[in-house]
Amino acid sequence: MSSLSLTDKLAILADAAKYDASCASSGGKKRDSRDGKGLGSTSGGMGICHAYAPDGRCISLLKLLLTNSCIFDCHYCINRASSNVRRARFTAAEVVKLTLDFYRRNCIEGLFLSSGIIHSPDYTMEQIVEVARALREDHDFRGYIHLKTIPDADPALIEAAGRHADRVSINVELPTVSGLRRLAPDKSQDRIEGAMGAMRGAIADGHDARRRYRSAPDFAPAGQSTQMIVGADAATDREIVARASTLYERFDLRRVYYSAFSPIPDASAVLPLRRPPLMREHRLYQSDWLLRYYGFSPQEVGAAADPATGMLPLDIDPKLAWALRFRESFPVDLNRAPRELLLRIPGLGVRAVDAILSARRLRQLRLEDVARMTVSLRKLRPFIVTADWRPVALTDRSDLRSMLAPKPAQLELFAA
Amino acid sequence: MHRVCLDAPDDFEGWRTQARRLAQAGVPPEAVVWQVGDAPGDLFGVEAQALPPARGRPFTVPKPFVTLAEQALLHSDPQRFALLYALLLKVAANPALLGDRADPLLRRVETMASTVRRDIHKMHAFLRFREVEEGGQPRFIAWYEPEHHILRANAGFFVDRFAAMRWSILTPQGTLHWDGETLTEGPPARREEAPKGDPVEAAWQTYYSAIFNPARLMTGAMLKEMPRKYWKNMPETALVPGLIADARRRELAMIAQAPQVPRVTRHAPPQDRGAALRLLREEAAECQRCGLCSQATQTVFGEGPEDAAIMVVGEQPGDQEDLAGRPFIGPAGALFDRALAQAGVPRDRLYVTNAVKHFKFEQRGKHRLHARPNVGEIDACRWWLDQERAILRPRLVLAMGKTALRALTGQNISIGQEAGQGLMLADGTPCRLTVHPSHLLRLPSQAEAEQGFKRYVEDLRGALVGLDQDSAEGLEAATDHLQGMS
Repeated sequence: MSSLSLTDKLAILADAAKYDASCASSGGKKRDSRDGKGLGSTSGGMGICHAYAPDGRCISLLKLLLTNSCIFDCHYCINRASSNVRRARFTAAEVVKLTLDFYRRNCIEGLFLSSGIIHSPDYTMEQIVEVARALREDHDFRGYIHLKTIPDADPALIEAAGRHADRVSINVELPTVSGLRRLAPDKSQDRIEGAMGAMRGAIADGHDARRRYRSAPDFAPAGQSTQMIVGADAATDREIVARASTLYERFDLRRVYYSAFSPIPDASAVLPLRRPPLMREHRLYQSDWLLRYYGFSPQEVGAAADPATGMLPLDIDPKLAWALRFRESFPVDLNRAPRELLLRIPGLGVRAVDAILSARRLRQLRLEDVARMTVSLRKLRPFIVTADWRPVALTDRSDLRSMLAPKPAQLELFAA
Repeated sequence: MHRVCLDAPDDFEGWRTQARRLAQAGVPPEAVVWQVGDAPGDLFGVEAQALPPARGRPFTVPKPFVTLAEQALLHSDPQRFALLYALLLKVAANPALLGDRADPLLRRVETMASTVRRDIHKMHAFLRFREVEEGGQPRFIAWYEPEHHILRANAGFFVDRFAAMRWSILTPQGTLHWDGETLTEGPPARREEAPKGDPVEAAWQTYYSAIFNPARLMTGAMLKEMPRKYWKNMPETALVPGLIADARRRELAMIAQAPQVPRVTRHAPPQDRGAALRLLREEAAECQRCGLCSQATQTVFGEGPEDAAIMVVGEQPGDQEDLAGRPFIGPAGALFDRALAQAGVPRDRLYVTNAVKHFKFEQRGKHRLHARPNVGEIDACRWWLDQERAILRPRLVLAMGKTALRALTGQNISIGQEAGQGLMLADGTPCRLTVHPSHLLRLPSQAEAEQGFKRYVEDLRGALVGLDQDSAEGLEAATDHLQGMS
């Protein structure tokens, strides 16, 4: 292993991290290096995506594994013990150097470090914490750090991770207990959730201390997140949304990330190899927004799913699916309806709703006014009433769905 | 006509002072010509009037207008000064207008401001420094081409972030230099003045290609956030065309590579098909993918050797199967066994499973009458069948009845005349069709039942023979025929 160059290791250990969905650098605390010491800043609000990969995902953080060796044998994971994948291991100093080098060139917002489990969970967690410690203490690094923590590690180490990191995450891995048992035999839902609960407590204590003593250290100011793999077990969209919602409530999570199970080289025989259901992942993220920004309950999102299969439609977004199922709630009068109802209208985002609310204090909204404030009227028309528009029979048409769903595309006959 | 000269394209203070003065004098927007620096005057042969003196009543506009104007003024549209002045007059007359997001002029200015904000954000993201050695010390130099006049507005961000570094940002509009303590501005630069490369860039490119997952190619999503106009000055984007071209090949290679013989580990994880099936069966026992689980006694999972060459798919468990938890043990199962015996196919060599794994019935007094699963239930259960197939990888699948065929193909094809025929499943596995044995139990006359049974036995025997003969070639005709029908 020592014969590998730093670039070789980078190729292996970045490749190993590419299945991880989360890369956000948002929601932290505002910091800068104006005092002329140290390096870096964080915006506090929105993160910055420094590039986009051809898979459409943003590159905000340097996403790496410390090592892709692992004593665990989770079937969905390329790095599981029984995989034949090429192994590599960074030293803490190497990760620090790469992070600083890329950061100085403005390629990244910071570091997202995860790792396979080597020797023991404690040993691995120590190594992860050492990278963050060296960045913060030896180099006075003020950029963003996201650490993946290992549920079985010593609570003191997890505490140390929270002190150095902006965000920590503990993966729930799979939405169902039976799926976890089948695909990740070394992990247990109780241990994972125990760690998430402890982290929630530690973050709350940290915030509390900050409020009382200004000198108290920050503790994971950007909170904790988690990730689950979609499509590798039998969980339906309805179950996944319900599970995500419980996780948000119980552990005060900032985000639940979904990672569509992706075919991996050298897959375990337990898993089928198939193209990942990317659209399904996208629909789940949309349903996540319905929960977090649009005031939908998990039951309501579940009601947008097909009653028999429990799956959200792939051809239309979940909000439109909900509206088509509950047509009696429409049309909504844009000039009168309260914010909660406006947010239910397919095709209206939070910003458009705010624009409508402020504009209607000054004028009676007509269709042309709405057209100026939204992206497309076509999708909106059947669901709204304005001063000069009423859909009359449109809302009740039985072919409304096919009118609004995207037209099926002609498949390529000679696709490569 | 009044002419106002501003110092720079982003001279907000100059615009603010002059606009206030003009507004106080009651000058209408169409009577003002705005220009930056000493642009050629009298373009339209209009004689410029002297600006009105600064006087008049005090003049205020809501603060959000100032913020909006400050951003929109950085836009590259030459009309921005005039548009902002027109909006200023409207807002001064009616401050509530700022809330009217449907107003066309306000909307236009807001769009300009949001375009500028995006440009500012993209510069934070897409600017790349290259390191050079200067007087024994590192210096970081970036070449960037902003679309709007945002350079000065962005200086603060880079000072905040890289205060301890010495850096320069070169653009065609102007330059910024930070020496660790003070910020200075310089004249426009040319691209050649920026350094060509940096050894760390190779590592960055390595990272960029490695973090890309070729199985998830989504070029549209990438282009939406990182349009081509930004590409020319980013080192990593040079790799994009190659990565896209190679993505499909890499994905197929990933699939072809699997599964390999697993490494032997201390854990000795369940790698064999038997263990995989056993775990899948355990997971299926808790299945709640559709409503049928609430009525049925238990999940009836497939049964048979994990190395079976033939996988037989029926419809759904019946009353006796539901109670025993095993497939094909009721009356239809008995008929199936009898037919297998006549066809000379040993049942213990087959993997037998159902399209739907929970019993669906209607309660009639003491009896539970079989009810046909609907398409939603079949599709919900399809996940399990897909997993079974993926683990077993049978050489031939025998579909018994319409429900099985729906579960295997996702299409509604009726068996009837097609029994005994074959088709190819999406993954290339040959599939033979026959009727469901319970269909034979329901045939009205003895003669029909006998004939039906005979034909059923032939179908089963045909499947066994077909196992040796079936090839993609031989199946083609039958498959074409079926596709024509569906």
